[in-house]
Amino acid sequence: MYGLRRHKSMFLLPGLLTLLLIIIFPLLFTIRVSFSGWNVSSPQMDFIAGANYATMLHDSRFWSSIMRLILLAGGTVLIQYVIGFGMALLVWRDVRGRRFWRVLFLVPMMTTPVVMAAIWQMIFHESLGPLNDLLGMLGLTKVAWLTESGPALVALMTVEVWQWTPFMFLLLLAGLLSLPKEPFMAAAIDGADVWRTFWKVTFPLMAPVSVAAVIIRLIEASKLSDSVYVLTSGGPGSSTETPGYYLYIQGLRDQQTGYSGAMSLTYLVLMIVTLTVVAALLTRALKLKGHS
Amino acid sequence: MRNNSYKGMIAAAAVVALTATGCTGQDKAESKPDKPALFKQGSEISYRKYGEDYPATKVKDVPGSCSYESISRKDYSGQTLKIISHAVPVIGEPTKLHARQFEEITGAKVEVVNVPFGELHQKILTPLQANQPAYDVMFYPSLWIGDMAPYLAPVPQEYLDTPGMKDVTKAYMDVATWNGQVVQYPVDGDRHYLKVRTDVLKDPKQQAAYKAATGKDLRTPKTWAEYQEVAKFFSGKDVDGDGKPNFGSAEVTKRDDLTFSAFISRAAPYVKNPDVKGGVFFDLDTMKPLINTPGFVRALDDMVKAKSTWAPGGANFGLGDEIFSFGGGQTLMSYSWDDAFIQAQQPDSRIRNKIEAAALPGSTEVYNRTTKAWDKKPNQAPYFTWGWTSAVSKASGHQKMAFDYLCFFSNEANTALDLTIGRFGVNPYRNAHFDAAFWEKQGWDKDVAKSYVQTLSGMEKSTNRVFDLRVPGVNQYMSALANGVAAALAGQKTPQQALDEAAREWAKITEQIGKDTVHDAYRNVVALEDYR
Repeated sequence: MYGLRRHKSMFLLPGLLTLLLIIIFPLLFTIRVSFSGWNVSSPQMDFIAGANYATMLHDSRFWSSIMRLILLAGGTVLIQYVIGFGMALLVWRDVRGRRFWRVLFLVPMMTTPVVMAAIWQMIFHESLGPLNDLLGMLGLTKVAWLTESGPALVALMTVEVWQWTPFMFLLLLAGLLSLPKEPFMAAAIDGADVWRTFWKVTFPLMAPVSVAAVIIRLIEASKLSDSVYVLTSGGPGSSTETPGYYLYIQGLRDQQTGYSGAMSLTYLVLMIVTLTVVAALLTRALKLKGHS
Repeated sequence: MRNNSYKGMIAAAAVVALTATGCTGQDKAESKPDKPALFKQGSEISYRKYGEDYPATKVKDVPGSCSYESISRKDYSGQTLKIISHAVPVIGEPTKLHARQFEEITGAKVEVVNVPFGELHQKILTPLQANQPAYDVMFYPSLWIGDMAPYLAPVPQEYLDTPGMKDVTKAYMDVATWNGQVVQYPVDGDRHYLKVRTDVLKDPKQQAAYKAATGKDLRTPKTWAEYQEVAKFFSGKDVDGDGKPNFGSAEVTKRDDLTFSAFISRAAPYVKNPDVKGGVFFDLDTMKPLINTPGFVRALDDMVKAKSTWAPGGANFGLGDEIFSFGGGQTLMSYSWDDAFIQAQQPDSRIRNKIEAAALPGSTEVYNRTTKAWDKKPNQAPYFTWGWTSAVSKASGHQKMAFDYLCFFSNEANTALDLTIGRFGVNPYRNAHFDAAFWEKQGWDKDVAKSYVQTLSGMEKSTNRVFDLRVPGVNQYMSALANGVAAALAGQKTPQQALDEAAREWAKITEQIGKDTVHDAYRNVVALEDYR
């Protein structure tokens, strides 16, 4: 019996080795790198204790990029959730051309983020873009979408919402399709109207799926950097830099390997803690709502 | 405290990377006896057979060891040359084109990897540091010489003795030289200079309007203050009657797209005092950064003021935007590399032969960092801003073939054709290129050609010049500087605050790299600037 169990556990070995190779080793290596002054001009990995972490504490660009990301991710995921839920509800029921709408809604998500950002870059172009043309036709002032701090953030949020609302739609639609029919039949017998049925039946039943969808999107949004790279390159100044983009600049372009290692680890820990707390709070809040 | 075990780790990482890029190791090239030449001496050379995109221009093969005739005698069949270059088209396209020709005439197999600018430094330097022969030939911006030099094979004397190499201007031979050895193979010569639209600035109607409004004569700006005044006057007006507004100035302002070069152009006349020797970026004695001194701050002030003269989107213009904004006729003035000028001179350009080249604007006073006061005198300081270069890796097992490729790349016939194709990014670097007749043959008006060659050759003659930093870690320094410029342009910080922060960053970078290492490298730059 013991031999069989040992024999079975051998099947875990390839998985464990792979995990060790592609996750554990790089993680340990990054921890070591973060305590070094390793950069392109000083390729030796000198131990410099916590100097990188001390620098990071005073690096206003890093901390502003995190605050900015909280705003971007929080704002866009909330908008994506509301619109995605609405779209899912729309095609959940038997509407005409349901299949067509489902495919159409998914198109933005299927496009590569860089391509999507490049298309939006043309749309937002200050002098040649159709968006400003439209504003002009309406008699409104043209907006410097990508070269002024505020509009550039709005532009980034628009692209995020456009690209990832379909993902939210997909998850929420799957959740809606798996709901039991009985509670809705009971609500109908009780004479509940559409709005009441939504708040008292649909929304609470969808709570677990909603939490999962929001958390998955928050995790994804925390890595936002590709559309920043294409749309604004973090500018004007550093007003649209996200941690992902700043890490790219420091680690890959400026090749401050040690310093970017320290920032990566800090960011990883911050994200794990934040998302765990958000997940716990959301679960609690939605459960409470379900019981009210 | 250095730990050798980590060198092994770096090497291991590089080996993994190299395996992924298909490295074949460093098998030594075997020399084969020469074969009969495929070209006769003085054959006519044209690129037309490689596609309709290439002009039908024909030039004669110039005899010499780099000519089509000589190189076609070489037999490199069965051998592979690996090259890394910038993305197509700038320098990447001629790299590929000449690789294809080299294959055809020598039998070699040439593999070219084209990499975007942002990744080029890392892709070249990492294997070099790991002593891996990932690439035999490398094309890169010449200001990286401080990082690259330890890993480069010096150019052999036989190539230094070729007529083409002997004709390279002094400035560009200096750019190719490190600690007395030529380690870079010159293939391009770049500088920043001013470009203006003469159909507007020399139009009597516009001159009268300008005089009436400002009380001053309208002319090609001689100082940055004049540049601002002219740019401001014309911005937002449709001065060429195409129904669209024109704008005053196109500048490279996108933080990660060579903004540092644009800023140095603006700062040069304020910081390069002919009476003060010893460098403009650092105090050579203390290695304290000088980029937050009053000259640099005034230049950044100017650049912030210039925002009102930029075309829509001008606050995020990359080099490509600047090229097309001036070259396309939207903007009346710009300053940077040749590209915008050559773009404007393309046969299908609506402003062809309506432009003029001139020296970068200067100043009426220049900061003296010794006396800590402004010296009231007109000052100009040409800026030799990097330019593409090429080199052969010390670790390459195909050095002979690699140098033959570069010798062929830059032979007189190829260079003559490359100079005329704006998108190639190959610009004058030999004395022969300062011949106005050559440019007139390309359809340029006499005045345009004259202004072009006089501006470029005039820079060579100047003894008050600014060069790029060219020290190890130059990318980090320039990135920190660009961050400061971008923060000021975005209004996040005042010019003084932004440059103070950049200076603090510079001090940190110097500490990291080692004050002595940076000092030793910077002495080379100062020697060029002080014209020693």
